[in-house]
Amino acid sequence: MITKETVRHIAKLARLKLSAQEEDIYTEQLGKILDHVDALKEVDTEGVEPMSHALEISNIMREDEILPHPSQEKILSVAPQAERGFFRVPKIGE
Amino acid sequence: MTLLGKSISEIHKLLTSKETSATELAQAHLSYIEKSDHLTHAFLCLTKDLALKQATEIDKLISAKKELPPLAGIPLAVKDVLCVESYPATCGSKILEGFKPIYNATSVNLLFDAGAICVGKTNCDEFAMGSSNENSAYAKVTNPWNHNYVPGGSSGGSAASVAAGFATIALGTDTGGSVRQPASLCGVVGMKPTYGLVSRFGLIALASSLDHVGPFTRTVEDTIRTLAVMAKPDTHDSTSVPQKMRTANCDMVALLNDLPKITNLKNVKIGVIEELSGEGNEKSVQKALDLAIETLKTLGAKIDKVSLPKVKYALPVYYILNPAEASSNLARYDGVKYGARDKSAQDLLSMYLSTRQSFIGSEPKRRIMLGTYVLSSGYYDAYYKKAQRVRRLLTEEFNDIFKSYDLVICPTSPTTAFKFGDRTDDPLKMYMADVASIPADLAGLPAISIPCGFDENNMPIGLQFMAAPLADRKVLEAAYAFEKATDYTKFSPMLQKYESAKT
Repeated sequence: MITKETVRHIAKLARLKLSAQEEDIYTEQLGKILDHVDALKEVDTEGVEPMSHALEISNIMREDEILPHPSQEKILSVAPQAERGFFRVPKIGE
Repeated sequence: MTLLGKSISEIHKLLTSKETSATELAQAHLSYIEKSDHLTHAFLCLTKDLALKQATEIDKLISAKKELPPLAGIPLAVKDVLCVESYPATCGSKILEGFKPIYNATSVNLLFDAGAICVGKTNCDEFAMGSSNENSAYAKVTNPWNHNYVPGGSSGGSAASVAAGFATIALGTDTGGSVRQPASLCGVVGMKPTYGLVSRFGLIALASSLDHVGPFTRTVEDTIRTLAVMAKPDTHDSTSVPQKMRTANCDMVALLNDLPKITNLKNVKIGVIEELSGEGNEKSVQKALDLAIETLKTLGAKIDKVSLPKVKYALPVYYILNPAEASSNLARYDGVKYGARDKSAQDLLSMYLSTRQSFIGSEPKRRIMLGTYVLSSGYYDAYYKKAQRVRRLLTEEFNDIFKSYDLVICPTSPTTAFKFGDRTDDPLKMYMADVASIPADLAGLPAISIPCGFDENNMPIGLQFMAAPLADRKVLEAAYAFEKATDYTKFSPMLQKYESAKT
């Protein structure tokens, strides 16, 4: 079970502004999906290491050298708003 | 002479014998797409200028009598989650409308360097989340075999473009089955190599520990030819399999040379996954599986039933891990660095909220909500860590089986293509479409779907082969032998209709 308050809280954490209708739909659907995944509770996982990648490869490093990379201008060219080499956003506080 | 529907080696011959030019080939495909894609909506944009520029380069090589690269002149379609420099990459989402990447994905780059000709970017479920293509924010792709049916998803546009003959190769991505399931539903070959064999650089991420780039082609040989070019280590992807781990069992160039020798499957041990055969499958699908088993036996394979009891937890594990990783990956769409922004918002927080509210569709929102929930404090251990632990148990079960078997098989999808709207009301029902394809993503196994029959409505059925990680060669060898022994590789009626209307 998941409540509408929980849905509102999660939406806030995820920076989503949900409509009243969406809150209702997600309360119902998330509840159903979580009921479904609850099947995992019956699996004994005592002492099992969590698996985060399919192949056990880690810490793949390359030489620490500067390689060609896109220019600042090019990167900013795809931003909704940019100014003097920065991303521009609406004001943050008063 | 028709220039459409050709294989890689057929096109190579046409070009080297100067029966046609790369430009003529590109134009023939572009004009077929322009005249017919209103039926399928497989493309979100055509990259006509790029195609003609690439074709001109190939024609220059031909007239200078230079040796042609392995994919010279081959029409290629690219799923819209992969970056092609200077052309839109929307991921089927409104939040990336207008975004044009400033570099190519590594997989795309390798195919371009090998002479492939990019005809366009293909439609998909928004951020690759879906099994029917009904989640695209732009248009629903239809199945080229019958436009009343879904093509599968999320790489539905790529699958449809190969089934229709719009392209010889289409790139897709597979996180829970998004290459293999649409390949099955559209009657084409779709391969998900071992995790990390093909670079993910330039793939716009859904769930990073599960995302794979893979090709769609009409034949197994063309899949091998594509992977021979594309499966390379990449310093831009820290999860790319290093060269020293790429042993003979995933050497595609060697496999290509050995293909003429593969005529049977003597001494190949194949397990049929008990949990994914039988009652859970549609009758026509089960019948096709039974028939395929007989064919494999005739080819000399030794076949047993095998049990993987943890397979039944694959779907719950996946629907924790995928949303968790997706919620984190999709946090970057906040209207600051790229894509759409609600320009009316007065301060930063309301800009984030209204941008994400207005431009992200309902399935990605559902996964962001679910993922944020399972990662939130108090639930992280109970859901996320638990799922990661069961993922390991499932993977260990597969590894144990592969100690005694070369391959395991099952239908790629328990059903054939369904009709539009059949599953959109119930997310769980939609998620079930990937029940047989998800296990290979969780365990990172190489897996292929190849055509193995048709149902009573003449919709295609797919057979899936899986092998141990880095044993990609085994699935391709078996698929190749099966394809040679059967006659299921056919074009959808679209191509024939177009050709006969022309004459």
